[in-house]
Amino acid sequence: MTTSVAAPPPRDAARPQQLRRTMRRKQTTIRWIVIAVIMAFFLIPLLSMLYFSLRFPLSGKWTGQAWSNVIHMGSLAASDPADYGQLWTGLKNSAVLVVLTVVIMVVLLVPTMTWVRLRVKWLSRTVEFICLLPLTIPAIVLVVGLGPVYRIVSNVLSTNTIWLCFVYVVLVLPFAYRALDAGLAAIDLTTLSEAARSLGAHWFRVMWQIVLPNIRSAVVSACFISVALVLGEFTIAQLLARDNLQTGIFLVSQSDGQLAVTMSLAALILAFVLLMVLSLFSGDGRRTKGAST
Amino acid sequence: MTTTIDTPAPVSAPRPARRGHGWRSARSAIGTIPFFGYVAVFLIIPTAIVVIGAFRAPGGAFSWVNIKALGTSTVIGAFVSSVVLSAVTAAIGAVFGGLLAYVLVTGRPGSISRRIVTAVCSVLAQFGGVMLAFAFIATLGQAGMISNLLRDWLGVETTGAYLYTVPGLILVYTYFQIPLMVIVFLPAVDGIRAQWREATETLGGSTWVYWRRVAGPLLAPAFLGSLLLLFANAFSAYATAAALITQSNPIVPLQISGAITNEVNVGHADLAKSLALGMVVIVAIVMWLYALLQKRTAKWLG
Repeated sequence: MTTSVAAPPPRDAARPQQLRRTMRRKQTTIRWIVIAVIMAFFLIPLLSMLYFSLRFPLSGKWTGQAWSNVIHMGSLAASDPADYGQLWTGLKNSAVLVVLTVVIMVVLLVPTMTWVRLRVKWLSRTVEFICLLPLTIPAIVLVVGLGPVYRIVSNVLSTNTIWLCFVYVVLVLPFAYRALDAGLAAIDLTTLSEAARSLGAHWFRVMWQIVLPNIRSAVVSACFISVALVLGEFTIAQLLARDNLQTGIFLVSQSDGQLAVTMSLAALILAFVLLMVLSLFSGDGRRTKGAST
Repeated sequence: MTTTIDTPAPVSAPRPARRGHGWRSARSAIGTIPFFGYVAVFLIIPTAIVVIGAFRAPGGAFSWVNIKALGTSTVIGAFVSSVVLSAVTAAIGAVFGGLLAYVLVTGRPGSISRRIVTAVCSVLAQFGGVMLAFAFIATLGQAGMISNLLRDWLGVETTGAYLYTVPGLILVYTYFQIPLMVIVFLPAVDGIRAQWREATETLGGSTWVYWRRVAGPLLAPAFLGSLLLLFANAFSAYATAAALITQSNPIVPLQISGAITNEVNVGHADLAKSLALGMVVIVAIVMWLYALLQKRTAKWLG
C-alpha cells in the first residue's frame, strides 16, 4: 500500500510535463474511439433502414418508390385500403392522439400541481406518489385491467381510437410530472400568484398568464416526452384492438416489409425533427429565465 | 419537558383556529378532485382489477387458482427468460452507456460532440417498439444490409433467424438501453469535480487509487440505480418482442398478451391478471431499490 503511493511522485517529477501530455493525448484518442464505436452501433441500424427502404429486396434494384408512396400516402389510401389505408388511418389517429394527450396532460397537471404547491402542501407526497406510480405498472400490465374501463368508455363515447388519449395521459404522467415539478420549483410561485391575486386576477388568469409562461420550458419538455411516447405507443393500442401509427406499421409489415421499414424511418425522422424544434423553444426559455434572474 | 408544560395553557386558543385551518385546507383539497378522479378511473381502477382478479376464481370467489397457475413450467420459464434478458441487457447498457457518459463529461464542457450525442440518445432511448424491430430486420434480417454485405464480401450466408429468438432480443434491447443509461447516468457523472482527481494526484494517488477510493464509491449508487432502472425498462418492454417473436411466447409480456387474446381457453383471461401481478411485484421491488439508491445519490449531488 505505502509503496504504491510513494512510488509515483519521483517518476512524475522526472518528466511531468511530457508524461501528462502523452497521457492526455492517449485519453483523447480513447475518448474518440469510444464515441465512434457506440455511435456506429447507433447509426448502422438507421443506415440499414435507409438501405432497405431504397433497395427492392428481391431484385436488388434501387428505387425511391417506397418513399414516394409514403409521401403520397393520403391519395394512395383510397385505392389501396388494405395497406395504405391502414397506415393512413393510424397516422391520422396518432396525430389526433398526440394533440389530445398533450392538452389533457397540461390541463390536468399544471393547475393541480400549482394548487398543491400553494394551498394543499400536505397532499404533495400523495400526488407525487400517484404520478410516479405508472413507472411500476408497465403498459402491458395496465392493459389487462383496462378492458372493463374501456368497455365503459366505448359505451359512453365510442370505440374510436382517439379515446386512447385518456390512458396515454397516465403513461406520460411520471415524465411530465418530473419536468413540471422541476419547472415549478424553479420559480417563486407563492409571490407570483399572490401578486396576481392581489391585483385582482382570477385563478384561471393566474394559471394562463402567470404560471404557464413562467414554466414554459418545463411545459415544452413535458410535451416533448408526451409526443415521443404517444407516437411510439403500440402495446395498449394493439391489445385493445385500436388503430394507431404503430399498429398500422405492424399490420403493413406482414404484407409489405419495405413499406413498413420506410414508414418507421419516416416516423423516426419526424420525431427527431420535433425534438430539435422543441429543444430550440426550451433553450430559448432557459436563456430568458437566466437573463431575468 | 417545557413543551409538556407549555401546551396545556394555550390549548383552548389555537384549537378553533387549527380546526378552521383544517377545514379550509380540506376545502382547498377540492381543487385536486379532478386530478384524483382522473387517475382513479384510468390508473387505480385498472390496477385494482388486475390485483383483485389475480385472486378470484371464474365464479368470483376468492381463490389461489390463478396464482397456482403461475407454477407451470412454461410460466416459470417465461419469468426466468424475462429476468435474464432484462439483467443482461441492463448490464450491457449500463457498462457501455456509463462509459459513453464518462467520456462525454470529461471532454471539453459544452462541446458540440456532447450536445449531439445527448440529443441522439434522448431520441433513441424512446425508440423502442415496433420500429426498432424493423430497424434490426433491415440490418440483420435475410435481406438486411449487414447480411447482404456479409454475403457479397465474405461469402457468408446468414438467415438472421437468431433475431427472432430471446438471445436475439438481447442485441435489439441493447439499442435502447445504452442511450437510456447515458441520459440517466449523465447527471451523476457531471457531479464529479476535476478537483477531486487533482486532490488525489497531489496526495500521490494513482489513477487506480482515484477510481477505487474516490470516483468509484461516489458513482456506485448512481450506477446501480441506473442499472435497476434499465432492468425495469427492459422487463416492461413488449412491442419490440411482439413484432419480432410471433410464433411463441418466451417472455412474460408475450405470455400476458397470449393469455388476453386466447379466446379458446376461458380461464386464460384470469391467468393474464396473475401474470401481470407477478410483473408488478418484480418491477415494484426493483423500483423501490432504485428510489433508495436515488436518495443516496441525491445526498452528494446536491
